[in-house]
Amino acid sequence: MDFNLTDDRRMLSDMLRRFFREDYGIEERNQVAYNAPFHSTNKWAKLAELGILGALVGEDAGGYGGDAFDITVIFEEIGRGLCPEPMLGTLMALKALETIGANAAIEAIISGDKKAALAVYEVDAFSTLDDIQTQATKSGDGWTLNGRKSIIYGGASADVALVAARHGNGIGLFEVTDFSRTAYAMIDGGGAAEFLLDETPAICLSETAEEPIEAVLDWGRLALCAEAVGAMDWLHATTVDYLKQRVQFGRPIATFQALQHRIVDLGIEIEQARSITILAASEMTTPARAKHVAMAKNLVGRAATLVAEECIQMHGGIGMTWEYAGSHYAKRLVMLDHQLGDKDDHTHRLMEMASASQEKAA
Amino acid sequence: MDLSYTAEEQAFRADVQTFLKDKLPSKIAEKVRLGVELEKADMEQWHALLKERGWLAVTWPQNHGGPGWNAVQRDIFDEECALAFAPRIVPFGLNMLGPVLIKFGTDEQKADILPKILDGTHWWCQGYSEPGAGSDLASLKTKAVRDGDDYIINGQKTWTTLGQHADKIFCLVRTSSEGKPQEGISFILVDIDTPGIEMRPIRLIEGGYEVNEVFFSDVRVPVDNLVGEENKGWTIAKYLLTHERTGIAGVGASTTALGQLKDLVKKVSRRGKPLSKDPLFMAKLTEVEVDLEAMRVTNLRVLSEADSGAAGSMESSMLKIKGTVIRQRLNSLFKSAIGPAAAPFPAEALAGNLSVAPEETAAAAADYFNNRKLSIFGGSNEIQRNIIAKQLFAG
Repeated sequence: MDFNLTDDRRMLSDMLRRFFREDYGIEERNQVAYNAPFHSTNKWAKLAELGILGALVGEDAGGYGGDAFDITVIFEEIGRGLCPEPMLGTLMALKALETIGANAAIEAIISGDKKAALAVYEVDAFSTLDDIQTQATKSGDGWTLNGRKSIIYGGASADVALVAARHGNGIGLFEVTDFSRTAYAMIDGGGAAEFLLDETPAICLSETAEEPIEAVLDWGRLALCAEAVGAMDWLHATTVDYLKQRVQFGRPIATFQALQHRIVDLGIEIEQARSITILAASEMTTPARAKHVAMAKNLVGRAATLVAEECIQMHGGIGMTWEYAGSHYAKRLVMLDHQLGDKDDHTHRLMEMASASQEKAA
Repeated sequence: MDLSYTAEEQAFRADVQTFLKDKLPSKIAEKVRLGVELEKADMEQWHALLKERGWLAVTWPQNHGGPGWNAVQRDIFDEECALAFAPRIVPFGLNMLGPVLIKFGTDEQKADILPKILDGTHWWCQGYSEPGAGSDLASLKTKAVRDGDDYIINGQKTWTTLGQHADKIFCLVRTSSEGKPQEGISFILVDIDTPGIEMRPIRLIEGGYEVNEVFFSDVRVPVDNLVGEENKGWTIAKYLLTHERTGIAGVGASTTALGQLKDLVKKVSRRGKPLSKDPLFMAKLTEVEVDLEAMRVTNLRVLSEADSGAAGSMESSMLKIKGTVIRQRLNSLFKSAIGPAAAPFPAEALAGNLSVAPEETAAAAADYFNNRKLSIFGGSNEIQRNIIAKQLFAG
């Protein structure tokens, strides 16, 4: 048993933490996060240069990392730094290409030359792949796609879209470069987009992609869990400081037991979130991956929402302002539960998995 | 990052499992499984079996007769014991007084008392809380006044668990009213059969008898029975409370309880279907399972820090809070799973063979009520939050 990071990962973590602290302050972050292209092209180039993008995929695919604990270390700092860059979409696109062995496209992405996003969910298909309606039809040597993909993370600035679409034999994964989109800022910063596919030409990367897509969504969920842990750590520490500084009734409000016990309870939930994220990371390449990721996303969803709501409350009015950094972290933590299945979604998934394994045993 | 147990740890787990399979009397395990109150003889028999294997005084160093385990081994032992429905080791002599004597006792006290704790000659109980001193333990009033080579003790202790079986009690007493309340407390050992001691049972919410109140009127105790120095008892009390909280998270007990709950939902029905098909109930079960799984890892993180010497009271306070809340939640679901059939008194459900619900649920409601104690004793969960807050806001 060993819960320590390797030296390499500790250096990666320190480097990223320093980068966000020193080079990507909250004013700049808020400036870019809400204005097209909803991230900083300079900072994106810098992340590529630091090797952060390459660390998302394994050596066989042209990267230099790609293990679960590489992902959690990186995304924990993404969370702590409240980074609005399209990291989640890029991670999922890279993992999709890596999983199905389409390695040729990876180099341009990790060098920062091109950006890619994974487009799975639809307006009426935010939970399961079974509900996907977007159609893929063979036409000549290639395919054409018809349908609409919704809330695509990183979709605002993506050059390449990896689209899940239904055809006669199931769900495949298709590469699209020429498509129309509506891009927008998200309430917690960063960009997303709707992809409108109307007889859109596409290259088929894999005709049977359900399993790889499920795996890639789990990589995204793991990343979100780690991001939440980093953001929760930051918000908890910031709230502790605030409680020490804020004076009411002639004394720091940190001396009030009603507040002490609440901040302590948040700390316990954050440790639980950290534990379940470590556990999920350790199961990413085992048959129990989906179960442990669902557990993690469920617990993290509950914890992140609680930490956000409680920290806003304990700050009082200042926690309600746009100017205060803490409010943006709180907003990110709340909205993070809405991504890739919320706490209830994952409870459902766990119940379905338990029920399926019970029937198999019977 | 590596969450797996070493080959040695896995072999150790297998040893413990084999021992439990061979040696744990099925009659006793069955009582634990059904929530039937254990008799003194049951606990003594189990202690004797553990002693024979050298596994009774789990927190003691080897030169005093302990097994010399590290924190991970102790945790594996606790977990396997819980999964096998072994009784918990009665902690007062073995896990509380023993370590205190090893650290603070005189050579004579160690030589005299430690072997008697081990072989079961002494059954110790704890005299800490008083009617007016619960969470605020330092406000205790039971007085010990020096008279020649004796102290004369007057006062009252309460919540003395299993005191009805005990022949010895270790007490915190006030030997001085000077200075801060903590500075006038001493730690003293008392024979229960000393004239002037009266033990009265307290019946608990579920109807059982496990705690007592103890009255002291002019109880004469030799000065030699003092542990450590006079007026330095608070240090010992704190040591006892914070040192080696083996199994404080109760992962094994909660894992067992979850396993029982998962079995139960397949056996009982609600609205014409197995309870395992009821999404509302199963969602609750699922979330507590997730919480327990996270706590299992939190516990491992703390254990691996404990063995490298870095874990502190903050971590054990966190585990105490989370562990008790999870256990209580499981107790609540176990009781709710059988609906109206949770009503019969446990003894009557078992004796009368009512068969209104599976037999392992006979004590479902009783356990639920009894385990409300978990968040109250051993430093209430509110006191644990105070401990964490103190560290959080230090400096």
